[in-house]
Amino acid sequence: MIKDYFKISWEEIKRRRTRTWLTLIGIFIGVAAIVSLITLGQGLENAITAQFDALGKDKIFVMPEGGMWGMGSSEQLTEDDLELINDVGGVKLATGMGYSYARYEFNDLVHYGFLSGISTDPEERALVGEAQTWDVGEGRMLRSGDKYKVLLGYEFTRTDLFEKRLELGDKILLHGKSFKVVGFLEKIGSPPDDQAGIIPLETYEDLFNTGGALGFIIAQSQAGEDPLLVAEEMEKDLRKSHDVNEGEEDFSVQTPEQFAESFNIILDIVQIVLIGIAGISLLVGGIGIMNTMYTSVLERTKEIGVMKAIGAKNSHVMYLFLVESGLYGLGGGLIGALIGIGFAKLTELAFVLAVGPAFLSIEINWLLVLGTLLFSFLIGCLSGIAPARRASKLNPVDSLRYE
Amino acid sequence: MVRKKKTLIELKDVWKTYYLGDNILDVLKGVNVQINEGEFVVITGPSGSGKSTMMNQVGILDTPSKGTIFLEGIDISTLGESQLAQLRGKKIGFVFQQFNLISTLTALENVILPTIFQNMPEEERSERAKKLLTRVGLGDRMDHRPNELSGGQQQRVAIARALINNPEIILADEPTGNLDSTSGEQVMKMLADLHTKEKKTIILVTHDVNLVKYSEKSIFIKDGVITKVKSNHFKH
Repeated sequence: MIKDYFKISWEEIKRRRTRTWLTLIGIFIGVAAIVSLITLGQGLENAITAQFDALGKDKIFVMPEGGMWGMGSSEQLTEDDLELINDVGGVKLATGMGYSYARYEFNDLVHYGFLSGISTDPEERALVGEAQTWDVGEGRMLRSGDKYKVLLGYEFTRTDLFEKRLELGDKILLHGKSFKVVGFLEKIGSPPDDQAGIIPLETYEDLFNTGGALGFIIAQSQAGEDPLLVAEEMEKDLRKSHDVNEGEEDFSVQTPEQFAESFNIILDIVQIVLIGIAGISLLVGGIGIMNTMYTSVLERTKEIGVMKAIGAKNSHVMYLFLVESGLYGLGGGLIGALIGIGFAKLTELAFVLAVGPAFLSIEINWLLVLGTLLFSFLIGCLSGIAPARRASKLNPVDSLRYE
Repeated sequence: MVRKKKTLIELKDVWKTYYLGDNILDVLKGVNVQINEGEFVVITGPSGSGKSTMMNQVGILDTPSKGTIFLEGIDISTLGESQLAQLRGKKIGFVFQQFNLISTLTALENVILPTIFQNMPEEERSERAKKLLTRVGLGDRMDHRPNELSGGQQQRVAIARALINNPEIILADEPTGNLDSTSGEQVMKMLADLHTKEKKTIILVTHDVNLVKYSEKSIFIKDGVITKVKSNHFKH
């Protein structure tokens, strides 16, 4: 029986193409917006989670409170903090880093980018490299004894920054001081990282006159230890040493998992708000379906009378019109889902071409698509209830007489 | 011994009243009608006589303001809307003056439509519909939509539709009203054949007194009242 209703409704929908398209537009715009927002949001979350996963689950990051990676905060971490962290149970190794914005000069051109100062101790250096996903593409890593040596990001091997690429052995001015290029990193995929440089921590401290203050500290938990528990222990010890109460810390201790979570929570909130707004357009679309159905009932008054004369019950008429309105919802949902996914994929392509693959990782969520189709069908049916009831209650005699 | 014919439809002192503002309009005034099994009945009268209103009562499309209607002995006022619709679909096949086919469906789909409301299995419906369309001479037009058929062809589709649930009663309201004389005769012949060969009960409502010749009982109505009931020695 439902199959028959679908057939009859489908023929009726095909008959009024312009009206059908106008009705569908109301739905598919809302659905496309919701699907693309959810897909893009999920893509961002995927990319963020992947980025933080790449850091390694055994890493713990300690930063001054209020800043980002040691920048923009009035608080500092110290060598004492580093020593304390190294002594925390479950910590395998910890290293301090400096991180700042610096002026790069080469070929009479200037570029402003990030500059990191890292320990040249091989183990500590390896820890930083792992945490920062650094792989050397050309040349070598910094090593003990290096003073005015620099390891540059991938973009320095291209001509966009200084109109000519740098080569191994070239001299570049960092913050007014001359440094020799000893290596280039492989492409990371995020422009700020690919346009940054790395120098020894001691040199960094001299260059920026930090007085031994550290931008942030990376610690590695021992194998078999739960990084979250080690981080908690670390927090406790630092609180004691800084003489602050819980909740009043002038530092933050986070695992990559916690980082990702905090990003994703913000993302989720923004998404919910945007989806709520898109939902309003879906509501309007539903009202559009209701309007179309009322018109359809009016135009088919005689037809309804005929159907009742040939044996249709009120419920048959009701279901027929409900299926029709559901089909409008479903059709709009299908087109909207396709447009939404298409838009998300195009956005991903644009992002990758413009910025790199690190920031967006779209996956088609088939459960989302199915859910969208069902939801759209439901919206259609709900919108059609009132008109369908009216159709079902029409008096057959009056309907047959209707012109 | 002559077997007494079963009364299929009976109207007992049926009134139909319409209230138009302060005006009260009695369209049917105490009508008594008996339609027996296997009869060919013509209900005729001038325009405004109440014959269409009586057709609606006889076809249980409408309920009386006063009086009782029995269908095969069942008082229809005891039935709910859903039961009435089912009964109507099973027992009565309608043929209308304006054909009233669904324009978006093919001839075959139009004929099948009443079976959907009776939950007939899909295969059976299709088979029956094809046979009926072939019988009315439209075997080669099954996939045509109403706008691709002539008036006469559309009415034949309507007759096939009326027969699909194998009802006992065919109720035809001015079936030849929109047809040329040739098509009209064709349709009347079909109805006559249904009566003589298949023992269907035919109720024909018309203003055309010439069609009385097809009937074995004619009911004359004027101003809401039955003026005459005449038995005919019909010849098809």
